[in-house]
This record gives sequence, C-alpha cells and structure tokens, in this order.
Amino acid sequence: MNQSCGILGKKLGMTQVFNPDGTHCTVTAVEVGPCVVVQKRTAEKDGYVALQIGFEDIAERKLNRAEMGVFSKNKVAPKRYLREFRVSAEEAAKYEVGQEIRGDIFEVGQKIDVTGVSIGKGFAGVMKTYGFAGGKASHGVHESFRHGGALGANMTPGRVFKGRKMAGHHSNHRVTVQNVEVVRVFADDNIVFIKGPLPGSRNTLLQLKGAVKGRK
Amino acid sequence: MSAIDNNAFAHYAVVAYIKEELVMSGTVKKLYEIEQEQLRINPLPLFRAGDTLRVHYKIREGEKERVQVFEGLCIYRHNGGLRSTFTVRKISNGVGVERIFPVHSPRIDKVEVKTRGRVRRARLFYLRKLRGKSARIRELGIR
Repeated sequence: MNQSCGILGKKLGMTQVFNPDGTHCTVTAVEVGPCVVVQKRTAEKDGYVALQIGFEDIAERKLNRAEMGVFSKNKVAPKRYLREFRVSAEEAAKYEVGQEIRGDIFEVGQKIDVTGVSIGKGFAGVMKTYGFAGGKASHGVHESFRHGGALGANMTPGRVFKGRKMAGHHSNHRVTVQNVEVVRVFADDNIVFIKGPLPGSRNTLLQLKGAVKGRK
Repeated sequence: MSAIDNNAFAHYAVVAYIKEELVMSGTVKKLYEIEQEQLRINPLPLFRAGDTLRVHYKIREGEKERVQVFEGLCIYRHNGGLRSTFTVRKISNGVGVERIFPVHSPRIDKVEVKTRGRVRRARLFYLRKLRGKSARIRELGIR
C-alpha cells in the first residue's frame, strides 16, 4: 500500500493534450497546492500517523478563534481547507510542520487516486440512477414511462427485500477514482493534468495521492 | 490574400481581446492560459466555412512517415482554443467523405486555402443532401 503523502487541489476543468505522435488524450486540469503541513499526528499522541495539510489561503477574520488556534499554535498562515493523509512513520519523518508541498510530488506517468464529491443530481428516478430500462413509450402505456417495474414477489416473502433499488437522492457523495494517470506536471503553475474525468464540478476540492492498488 | 479577404477576419482579434481580458476570470482563465502554451507554433492560414482547403496531413506507415493531402470544402469550424477543429468534405468516387481535423494537431503539416467561397452560414451541413450542380459554392468576389 502506498503510504506517501498526498496533496489537495482544485478542479479547473477539462481539456486535451497532444502526444508527440499526434494522438490526443483527454485530461482534467487540477490546480494542486501549494499546500502546507499544518500538523502531524503521531502514534504516541493520537494513536495513528498522519499529516494534516492545508490548502488555499484565507483571511484571518473569516475563521473563528477555535479554527484559528490550529494555525497560530503551529505558526502557519491560515488555510481554507484542512485534510489528513495517513502515512507511514518513515514518510512522516520527511516532513516538518510548515513545510510546503507542491505538485512536483507527482511525476508524469504515475498512477494516483483522486477523491472528491461528485456532482449532485438531486432526487432522481431509477432510470437515471441505476440505468433501469423504464417502461414502453407507446402500445397503450400510460403514466408508466420511467417506472422501475415490480418491487418483488407475492405472499412469499410478503415484503420488499432490503437494498431494493428505488428512486432517491443521486450523487453528491464522496467518490474516489483509482489508478488514474498523471499526464503532465506544470510545476511552476501548480497545475497537473490527469487522464480522464474526475468527480465534481469546477472549483471542487480534490484529494490526490499515490495509487493504493496496482503497480506503478 | 487580398485586402478584402483579410477584412473578413478583422473582428477575430477584437473577439479574442474581449474574451481574454474582459469576460474570462478564475478557473476558466487559468485553464485557457495553460492551453495557450500548447497551441501550434506555426498557425494555420485564416479560413472559414465555404473555403476549399488542401490539408497536408502526416501519416505513419510502419516506420515511415509521409504527407497525405486531403482536399475538400471546409463545412464547419469549431472554435474551442486548443480543442478547435474543422471539418473538410469531399466527394470521393461518388461517395461523400468528411474528415474532422484538430487545428492544433502536430500531424497537420500545413493547410493551403485554394479558393474562398461565398456562403451565408457558418455550418454548411445542408450540402450533405445536395448533389452535383446544386452542391457548388460560388467563389468570393465573383458575381
């Protein structure tokens, strides 16, 4: 399992890049960092080892005293987002509180995992949510075009089984895309290009870290 | 290109300025700026739908690379920064063939504008239904 530290970023949108051989590749641009290590969780004190990193500057007046306490205690500039990354003890030793983390922790071709919140679809029916076929559009059908059909059997079992797929709230939850490839790294601009789509809308907060599964 | 031809594209610079300086901000602008770095170094000549083009396209055959020319009518330009494309239509052995070329593809060697057409719309998809005489496009400047 990958135990190295990740980074926080913001989705910029999608574009494409041309490879030298003329083929092109659809990518998502992510503005990563610069992030800063705000706190270190240690096994002795917290029971686990992790790095807490902050992303995006924020005015001090926008934080309350409790929130501000974290930053003043560790002497780092206040940040809008704080997230923790579980790391190995050796990895944690490489970082100091206040140290900056930039997009150059990734290299081109590396596989990473990206976590974000998917775009919410609101209360959605079974066709959109689960890909049900719906009903017929003609042949005398009325008021049943996008319904999901029957829910179960008769006297036996006499109830609807748990986990039955029904209409309800769709998306707007945490999603991790695994093993996506880093295509370009613009270290000076703090931007990385990642192959394929990523969860969420523009400006959404993303957590990027080395792939948990698979070989590099 | 004659003076009349250039006038047809005079508004392009103004549109680009308004877009870059006045409209865009935030994430859109950041993405736009990073796309700019990847645009082709030798820009294609200005052309629009209705123009007859000769597209010199590099193709690979095994180890060798050679240039193939695709000649036809430009029926659509899709402007989208780095993702811009244009569609070229030609009639090959009685069959209509359309190819979509990415403007900024490194495989496009060069584009020659053979003739400029006088057309009244930006997308000439109506040509797909037409054959022979009615599918002709009048040249610009010829009455």
